[in-house]
Amino acid sequence: MKYTVQIVGVGGQGVLLASMVLGNAAMEMGFQVAMSEVHGMAQRGGSVLSTLRFGDEVITPLEAVGNADMIMGFEPSETCRNIHLANEDSVILMNLDPVLPSMVAAGFEEYPEVSDLVDSVKAVNNHLVTIDATSLAIKAGKAVAANAVMIGAVAALDGFPIPKDVLKDVLGKQVPEKFRELNLNAFEMGYEAAKH
Amino acid sequence: MSNLLADGGKQLLLGNEAIVRGLLESGTGFASTYPGTPSSEIGNILEKISSDAGLYFEFSTNEKVAFEVSAAAASAGVRSFTFMKHVGLNVAADPMMTLAYSGVRGGMLILSADDPSAHSSQNEQDNRYYSTLALLPMMEPSTPQEAKDMVAEAYRVSEELTLPLIYRTTTRVNHARGVVNLSDRVQPVAKGHFDKDVVRFVNVPANARINRKRLLEIYAKAAQMSEESPLNFIEGDGDIGIITSGVSYTYVKEFVKGVSILKLGFTNPLPEKKIASFVQGKKAVIVVEELEPFVEDQVLRICAQNHIGVPVYGKRTGHLPRAWEFSPDTLSGIRDIVNVEEFAKPLPASTVKLPSRPPTLCAGCPHRGLFGATKKAVGSKDVVYCSDIGCYTLGVQPPFNAADFIICMGGGAGAAGGFDQSTDQKAIAFMGDSTFFHSGVPPLVNALFNNHKIVMVILDNRTTAMTGHQPNPGTGRDFGGVTTDAIDIEQLVRGVGAKFVETVDPYDVKRTTQVMKDAIAYDGVAVVISKCPCPLELKKRKMLEAKRCVVHPEGCIKCYTCLKTVACPAIIKGKDGSVSTDPTQCIGCGMCANVCPKKTIEVIR
Repeated sequence: MKYTVQIVGVGGQGVLLASMVLGNAAMEMGFQVAMSEVHGMAQRGGSVLSTLRFGDEVITPLEAVGNADMIMGFEPSETCRNIHLANEDSVILMNLDPVLPSMVAAGFEEYPEVSDLVDSVKAVNNHLVTIDATSLAIKAGKAVAANAVMIGAVAALDGFPIPKDVLKDVLGKQVPEKFRELNLNAFEMGYEAAKH
Repeated sequence: MSNLLADGGKQLLLGNEAIVRGLLESGTGFASTYPGTPSSEIGNILEKISSDAGLYFEFSTNEKVAFEVSAAAASAGVRSFTFMKHVGLNVAADPMMTLAYSGVRGGMLILSADDPSAHSSQNEQDNRYYSTLALLPMMEPSTPQEAKDMVAEAYRVSEELTLPLIYRTTTRVNHARGVVNLSDRVQPVAKGHFDKDVVRFVNVPANARINRKRLLEIYAKAAQMSEESPLNFIEGDGDIGIITSGVSYTYVKEFVKGVSILKLGFTNPLPEKKIASFVQGKKAVIVVEELEPFVEDQVLRICAQNHIGVPVYGKRTGHLPRAWEFSPDTLSGIRDIVNVEEFAKPLPASTVKLPSRPPTLCAGCPHRGLFGATKKAVGSKDVVYCSDIGCYTLGVQPPFNAADFIICMGGGAGAAGGFDQSTDQKAIAFMGDSTFFHSGVPPLVNALFNNHKIVMVILDNRTTAMTGHQPNPGTGRDFGGVTTDAIDIEQLVRGVGAKFVETVDPYDVKRTTQVMKDAIAYDGVAVVISKCPCPLELKKRKMLEAKRCVVHPEGCIKCYTCLKTVACPAIIKGKDGSVSTDPTQCIGCGMCANVCPKKTIEVIR
């Protein structure tokens, strides 16, 4: 067994933390784990991509284009930008809350309609799961918990090889004590939202 | 998260974390760096744990000095570790070339973190050539586990050869993460004694000639060690052979079937006999390595010298690319020769037009104010913006377009002097505080010495921001039990004789504009210090005041001066043309309020 998750989003959204939680959970399961992260200049508000691979006999930190089992998309336009990392059988999780690039905020470029982005994925892949992770996180108590919502959603996706309780346990260990309950609630909200 | 001081067990470690653990398992007593991606996390971790681990660590003022302090420690018998990004080794190459002649007594590792694809760099130079240039042994790990384990072996080889050893990594090793099994820590020896040996350590010409021969003899011994090294091993069977090293090994190992692999970890000197006997009798050999044909060319030479007629495929035959990092996809280039796993068919690129999202200066970044003011002060004058390496490099993007020439650390100010002399354009150099201490003082002195009438702007954000907020001489040091005072940039600049020196707050865009006008008009060297702490650093230290900017729509005349001048990502132009701020991004710096002609933006505490 081998499984690849391509985690995509915008610098500052917590892509790295999410990949750490999934990676540690994979290690707890006894899998081999190989990940690759983006640090440095690209983090300054730019697009970020983190690759997580785990399973038996896994050693390579990068994955071939098209070979992802799952895209974990923290942002709609970034999910679409990286859609070529997936194939028609991949599961695609897409947070519907946009983060506006600076050139859009300043009115020089336009952000597409989110519904158009969703439709463009649906046109080529039948395994799209959408979620309002940021809104759910605000409901849970804090926008930064969008992370935990997304991880909860991953736990609910078809064919993901790591059980929910393992993910939740690792998440609980990785967040600071005072935000633990908030994050675990957000995780559950993500799980429920993705299940239905 | 990771605990590098743990007693044992396994952890999910970043390559850079694994390297730090390798130091702790090798009794390294001394470490030094100038921060640079992809090696920066090593320093950030050592800043935190060096005291508890019992080793000395410093952020040096540049890579050359970092190299020299570690060279001294190793010469005094202390195991030392100096680490830097690939281009940093250019700065340190001068001491390295001659330290090779003297050698060391305690083990010394020189970590060169190369950046194929230039993810965070100005070039993708292949530093493996430094090992053949300096005649130094070199090792290259492939995974985080190896990145840790190989450190101990590297120290053993360095000490047996009495030479510093180049420990060469790439981004996909430094920033890969994997399960790493820990071994026991070894208590560091942080103090040694320098036993004098004039012939060996004083490279005057007569001694240098002796040491050159001595080095060649040691190099021959290094070649023998490489032949016998367990880091160079063969696995798998097949009549086609693949020779590979570094992260490229992982791609071959996982995705190519039915071949015999010669995996090289000790990559200079190469194990020539082992390579010759591996190639002998194969139907074909492929060399899989990123960047230049460093191993491939040597394999071709080894084949020629041994009269081996086996075809060698790689970059010279056009099967594998020379530019940019590899990935599993790169192996498609050798699909005609070997059995490469089939990959799933990728989905087509999105049909929706997506907005661009390049890295950008943060909301409330003081550099925005400085660039906005500079553009205003310059107006339609013909200027050359000589920029440098740091966050302010991002000033290259619209609407600032404030970078016309960037080559290297400290290079902007030097080039500015050249543009001033050789053109009639006004040269304006931008440079960060850390870069100023790294290599900005000599070009400033040069401009004063040779009367180059440049404007030198020092963007002093009180930290080394781009690489993750390391301290620098301008902030002083406060870690590892050592506390030092900050060096005052303005005093230093006045001390070397600059007459026009102005310190400005870039959040006051209006005053900064006036000062930049005066600096541009000044007939001589003008230094402007744009001083304002990096908000990200303040946020980290929990020192960022809770403020935000609010646009009162009734007063807004939609002139968009705020957007055009500071272009802060927290200012949002709605579809109806209205201007507002994004409360999740805005830090209330007030730059937009400062430039608003109608005073309709208010800073609220």
